[in-house]
Amino acid sequence: MFELLGIPPQALFGQLLLGLINGAFYAMLSLGLAVIFGMLNVINFTHGAQYMMGAFAAWLLLGIFGVPFWVSLVLAPLIVGAFGVVLEKLLLKRIYHLDHLYGFLLTFGLALVIEGLFQWKWGSSGAPYENPIPGGGNLGFMFMPYYRGFVVVAALVICLATWYGIERTRLGAYLRAATENPALVQAFGINVPRLITLTYGLGVGLAALAGVLAAPIQQVSALMGTSLVLVVFAVVVIGGMGSIMGSIVTGFGLGVVEGLTKVFYPPASNTVIFVIMAIVLLIKPAGLFGQTK
Amino acid sequence: MTEVLLKVENLEAWYGESHILHGVDFHVGRGELVTLLGRNGVGKTTTLKSVMGIVGKRTGSVRFENEELVSQPSNVIARKGLAYCPEERGIFSSLNVEENLLLPPAVKPGGLSLEEIYKLFPNLLERRRSQGTKLSGGEQQMLAIGRILRTGASLLLLDEPTEGLAPVIVQRIGEIIRELKARGFTILLVEQNFRFAAAVADRHYIVEDGRVVDMMTAAEVSTNIGKLQAYLGV
Repeated sequence: MFELLGIPPQALFGQLLLGLINGAFYAMLSLGLAVIFGMLNVINFTHGAQYMMGAFAAWLLLGIFGVPFWVSLVLAPLIVGAFGVVLEKLLLKRIYHLDHLYGFLLTFGLALVIEGLFQWKWGSSGAPYENPIPGGGNLGFMFMPYYRGFVVVAALVICLATWYGIERTRLGAYLRAATENPALVQAFGINVPRLITLTYGLGVGLAALAGVLAAPIQQVSALMGTSLVLVVFAVVVIGGMGSIMGSIVTGFGLGVVEGLTKVFYPPASNTVIFVIMAIVLLIKPAGLFGQTK
Repeated sequence: MTEVLLKVENLEAWYGESHILHGVDFHVGRGELVTLLGRNGVGKTTTLKSVMGIVGKRTGSVRFENEELVSQPSNVIARKGLAYCPEERGIFSSLNVEENLLLPPAVKPGGLSLEEIYKLFPNLLERRRSQGTKLSGGEQQMLAIGRILRTGASLLLLDEPTEGLAPVIVQRIGEIIRELKARGFTILLVEQNFRFAAAVADRHYIVEDGRVVDMMTAAEVSTNIGKLQAYLGV
């Protein structure tokens, strides 16, 4: 069949895996954005910078304290998440009552400042991070690097755990209810301002976790989140703002679509997601999984 | 005289620049069922919201079990043992019936169990997996009341529980409110439907222009019916 299409299976499955890996990052990042938007009504343009901070945290923890990758996987999201908590308490909470535009300006400005500071301190060339699971295995139809396989599985687990936490637990019910009617949830005795702070911390932590996972694949650099976050915003628009499952499905799905486009029509691979975004916006402006408010 | 559970003095409240309450005074004794009556827009709902701490700016005094609450945020007020059932019912569409029921955390011991609530509202048991906002208006009202019985709160603030409901459902809500009173709940009820309120309440406060202007006991209603009609414009 592959010969019929004129494509060797190695190339097809190689690109599929690459698509799945990209999709894993799209899913994790758009999930964090969806969680934050649902609760705070803020489109967090700092997300790419926070992803980069996760990768840098792991790199610095290794370089300065010798902290191994597996420990950083827990520690870096906690550190960057705590930074998010401070950010929310100091700045973001002052703008919730204002138009979306102010949230956009603030978080976009913060991203520029943070990325500028990292670039000033560590330059823009990027630093390598050692692969924690070197090697790979031959699956018969393709070669599978172990670490890349791990990233796909880890991202799936992280996404599904987040979905479960939000859709199936008591804390998640508070979160969903507070998204709809924060004043009433607070009048039931729940500290909603604290819930909002923790939600932002969680969303930022998810971005940082994605950053740590990306460190061994990409160069750790100040601008590693800039181009990625653009695609992630397209993914969020396609999936529907604030939809958890939408983010996960569209994240992985679009990664695969992008990978397949590289096989069948490479010139379109960089634009295919934006073309899909335009079509979805025309047909279903709230996104594939979104609900019109 | 019964012990005063809630005492509100000179309560003023604002929505942004609008001054809504101009000094509300009333009290509710433990185990009592007290109503706030009045025409549309006189500040009854705002009074409930101000007691609960949902209104932005408020001054004066709201004492519950002798503790001052007027400067506390609503989540702290709820934890003292007050529970609020809003006029628009506030059923969450992203939660099913049972999740809606389980949402308010227990703040004190002695709340009703889920089984007791389902016994009181059998419809809710049948539809426990349905999306909360897919219920009928009457069922949503029962869900909104049932939801706050689990928390162990001793004072229930009910805002127009009969609004927009069919007479047979209104009657059922009346039976439930009487049963809650019999179980020892203290209830502060805001109502437009005076006939409903008269059938269940111990005392009535009349609210006009953001103030309490009169009070009458259930026994005094029949001799003051003309005055009451003038207040309510019915």
